[in-house]
Amino acid sequence: MIGLRAVTKRYGDRVVLDAFDLALDDGAVTALLGANGSGKTTVGRLLLGLVAPDVGAVEGVAGLRRAAQFQENRLCEQLSAVGNVRLVLGRAVPVAEVVAALRAVGLDDESVAKPVHALSGGQRRRVALVRALLPEAELVVLDEPFTGVDTAAKALSLAWAAQRLVGRTALLITHDEAEAAALGARVVRLAGRDAAGRPAAECDGGSSDLDPPV
Amino acid sequence: MTSTSAADTAAPTGDRWRAVRPLLAAAFWLAVWQLAALALHQEILLVSPVRVLARLAELVPTADFWATVGRTTGRITTGFVAAAVVGVMLAAASAGSRAVEALVKPLVTTIRSTPVVSFIILVLIWASSDKLAAIISFLMALPIVHANVLAGIRQRDPKLLEVATVFAVPWRRRLLAIDVPAVLPYFVAGCRTGVGLAWKSGIAAEVIGLPSGSIGEQLYQAKILLSSADLFAWTVVIVLVASLFERVVVSGLSLLERRVSAGMSGGVDAGVAP
Repeated sequence: MIGLRAVTKRYGDRVVLDAFDLALDDGAVTALLGANGSGKTTVGRLLLGLVAPDVGAVEGVAGLRRAAQFQENRLCEQLSAVGNVRLVLGRAVPVAEVVAALRAVGLDDESVAKPVHALSGGQRRRVALVRALLPEAELVVLDEPFTGVDTAAKALSLAWAAQRLVGRTALLITHDEAEAAALGARVVRLAGRDAAGRPAAECDGGSSDLDPPV
Repeated sequence: MTSTSAADTAAPTGDRWRAVRPLLAAAFWLAVWQLAALALHQEILLVSPVRVLARLAELVPTADFWATVGRTTGRITTGFVAAAVVGVMLAAASAGSRAVEALVKPLVTTIRSTPVVSFIILVLIWASSDKLAAIISFLMALPIVHANVLAGIRQRDPKLLEVATVFAVPWRRRLLAIDVPAVLPYFVAGCRTGVGLAWKSGIAAEVIGLPSGSIGEQLYQAKILLSSADLFAWTVVIVLVASLFERVVVSGLSLLERRVSAGMSGGVDAGVAP
């Protein structure tokens, strides 16, 4: 079981997570919803091993092959879309497969080969999505995966992502319940702050439509 | 003729003027020099540019001249290339380990702040005058390359490095796709400064160490023979050869830089691009 147990994380004086528990469903998508500043991205970074908890433990992640789409695109500007994906894939996956994935999220042949600095924001976001979902990772973290992607491209990307996520353990960080539903995710809400300015405890529910908004 | 075509012809004229202007300025100062030499009429104190040109015309066709230029260029190139290689290695080691950085930092700072003549005399005691210019060029260029490359390594995007960590990108692929593109501009800037220093300090070392058949020895001969014509002629040679050398190094490196920034570098291409 992959998850966080009784994790507290502070940045300076600011408590981002306080005795927070989260268990990801094995082989399924868990969606983390919450307001800005509620610590969603920090949960992702803890699972990816990029930050360590001050108190508590990150469980079940040791030795896992990980993949992520970060809040920012974080692409190698001088490389093409294909180059950026192959940077994390290696030569095991044929170029044709990479190109097919990029086309599936709506990039045309020309944009696939151009250096990514020449692509639009929405196109770059989709390159980052493909980079996160094409490797056979055992833990995937997607942080606001469709920011800046237009409606038509988002529909294509959602369909492709849903297909790539079948049977995989993933954390989806989002504001959008429809996105969570489209990817078949169980929804976990991270509340904002309570009256004392501390993050309120999360409300862990069965599915998105049964969960009252916090 | 319309006004458009008039403007068309005006623009190249402006460009031509811009190209000619520095030449005219140089010609002006050469004329001032020539007039001053004529007025002073003392070749030892101030030789005329015409006389320098005549001396150059005597020197350049001889095999000795080319052998001398070749030997000095060889020594300085050796020193500079060694500085570039060792500078990059030391910077990489310093970035990778705090202990190495703590050890290397005072060494590089000392080299940087020591007057070049102290090194020249010290190295003369330790090594033959044959190796002197190469060692001095190496010592002068090393701290520059080291400092620049280390700054470049420190300026890499931490967000891209996190991507490499999360996806467990193998080091060789990471080096070509993330590290080299970030560090290369810093390396090029370091080489640009380092190459000029290598030449100036290398020649100074030769004047003091007097390896036989070197440009420095020729300068020294000019001094003891009170031959201003030789001194000026060899100085012109040094300036020309050094700037040619610098241009070759810089254009070679910027070509590499352009290829890497276009994602076309051999290694990256073969590793990740279609």
